[in-house]
Amino acid sequence: MLRNPMLQLTTEQQSAIATHGEHDYPYECCGLLLGNFASDGAKVCAELFPISNAREEEAKRSRFLIRPEELLRGEQLAAAKGLDIIGFYHSHPDHPAVPSTYDLEHAWPVYSYIVVAIKSGRAEALRSWEMQTDRTRFAEEEILKGN
Amino acid sequence: MSVTIVIPTALRNFTAGRSRLELQATTAGEALDQFTAQYAELRLHLYDDQNKLRSFVNIYVNDEDIRHQSGASTPLKDGDTLMIVPSIAGGATAEADVEKELPSLSNEEIARYSRHLIMPEVGIEGQKRLKAASVLAIGTGGLGAPLGMYLAAAGVGRLGLVDFDVVDSSNLQRQIVHGTKDVGRRKVDSARERLADINPHIEIETHDTRLTSENALALFKNYDIIVDGTDNFPTRYLVNDACVLTGKPNVYGSIFRFEGQASVFWAERGACYRCLYPEPPPPGLVPSCAEGGVLGVLPGIVGAIQANETIKIILGAEDTLVNRLLLFDAWHMKFREFKLRKDPNCPVCGEHPTIKELIDYEQFCGLAPSQQVAAPQLDEITAAELKQRLDRGDDVQIIDVREPHEYEIARIPNTKLIPLAHVVNRMNEIDASRETVLHCKGGVRSAKAIGALKQAGYKGRLINLKGGITAWSDEVDPQVAKY
Repeated sequence: MLRNPMLQLTTEQQSAIATHGEHDYPYECCGLLLGNFASDGAKVCAELFPISNAREEEAKRSRFLIRPEELLRGEQLAAAKGLDIIGFYHSHPDHPAVPSTYDLEHAWPVYSYIVVAIKSGRAEALRSWEMQTDRTRFAEEEILKGN
Repeated sequence: MSVTIVIPTALRNFTAGRSRLELQATTAGEALDQFTAQYAELRLHLYDDQNKLRSFVNIYVNDEDIRHQSGASTPLKDGDTLMIVPSIAGGATAEADVEKELPSLSNEEIARYSRHLIMPEVGIEGQKRLKAASVLAIGTGGLGAPLGMYLAAAGVGRLGLVDFDVVDSSNLQRQIVHGTKDVGRRKVDSARERLADINPHIEIETHDTRLTSENALALFKNYDIIVDGTDNFPTRYLVNDACVLTGKPNVYGSIFRFEGQASVFWAERGACYRCLYPEPPPPGLVPSCAEGGVLGVLPGIVGAIQANETIKIILGAEDTLVNRLLLFDAWHMKFREFKLRKDPNCPVCGEHPTIKELIDYEQFCGLAPSQQVAAPQLDEITAAELKQRLDRGDDVQIIDVREPHEYEIARIPNTKLIPLAHVVNRMNEIDASRETVLHCKGGVRSAKAIGALKQAGYKGRLINLKGGITAWSDEVDPQVAKY
């Protein structure tokens, strides 16, 4: 199936992600994107589901982890609203909004991976990525500003 | 067995949109094999190039992670549901988890490690991993001795040793890294010399200090793996918490008399020490080896198990003691094993941790000075003071609450032996009209005896000998043997 790498995200959702990242600085923040897959494969984000970073104190500056139990909880919540998990967001404190090798090694296909760069406590670039199905790299996907 | 596989959203692109699949299988591994045979593209996302489940792929059989069951061989029943649940990880920097550039091995090293190199499980790459690794051993005593010697011999590139103690002749029955010539030396110096002799190709760093809440995090940060060879509860909780906070695996071992325990506490992958023991035992309930004794060869076995698990973690082996508690009984020569589970409510590694920095572990274990003062008033006397009073001719009776076999090793003159377990039953043998000093080896059991006697209604004056017969030997009469 040919998919259209595109993610629809409202301005409010974008600024909510930025605020979460600023709030958790210098640690990484993370959360789920709940929404739907449109018929052309583009993803439409309906709501955000912030998650507490499960990494231990020292590792949180450069790592995030969403445990399977939390993901299940998110999935159930999404299902109750007729939504799916369509991706994840996390912050890169003092690093660019580009996925790292570590991100790539741990990525799932299809999902959107939003990375927001937080420099010295202030949110900067916010970009979204999707891993290619051969696992070799991430491709940037276009963020459409929804309503 | 007819079972159902539930497919997560992300993988439905590969299954033509199907969210469930029914198939016949008797184990979880078999079910996954059939599933990925049917949808070949999926295999890349679920398995790595060594054909192991990727670390972020979790397989649940009826709501239970197969990692907590028997892994791929977890049996399936008719009607079981198998769920593929992602855990999502990522992060800004790659340095911690990407392959470090591995060091090369000299011809001398290749010759030295040849028995490792010819096994595919180690091989050149594994030996290089050992060389690139760093391990911090807490304690160079009974457990730390064989541990340090085997890790040095195996070629672990950087070994850190933490100990504040000096070698005592009573250590030599089990702490084989030290020798008779080392009595009186700093343990870290003695151990360093021996380890450097075993393997001059490794780096040894000594930390001649007590491990504390102030220095633990900074120390742990510089090592890949921490090995706990301590003999007391405050340090054990300190090592655990500092490992959780720094994300390091804690290779645990403990020994008492004829019994040993070993496990790997690694919060990122399973239970930590607090998941197993949320609270320390009341002070004095579990005697230390100095109080209760230990078979000399026992720490040899348990410390070697710790070395074994440390090496396996470095080599990336799968079946480590993560989520397993190994119990060993040297007297009956039996190994037993318990499964451990991560406690979601664990105060340090659970979902909502309340311990986010290191605390006062002496106080946590009920040993803080402030709490001792708050405890019921305990009359104490030092060995030197007792000697003065006896010399003065004061009428003091001394009760020894140790065991008969200890009494045979050494005794304070003119004492009556009533072992702790019998002290209440034999209360009438202690003349309540006279002042009574109670003693044991180090002062813990005699304090308990005083508490028990008071609770049982004993009316006379009871005084605890501080430091027990050991202090007597130090302060009054070196002729009395220390054990």
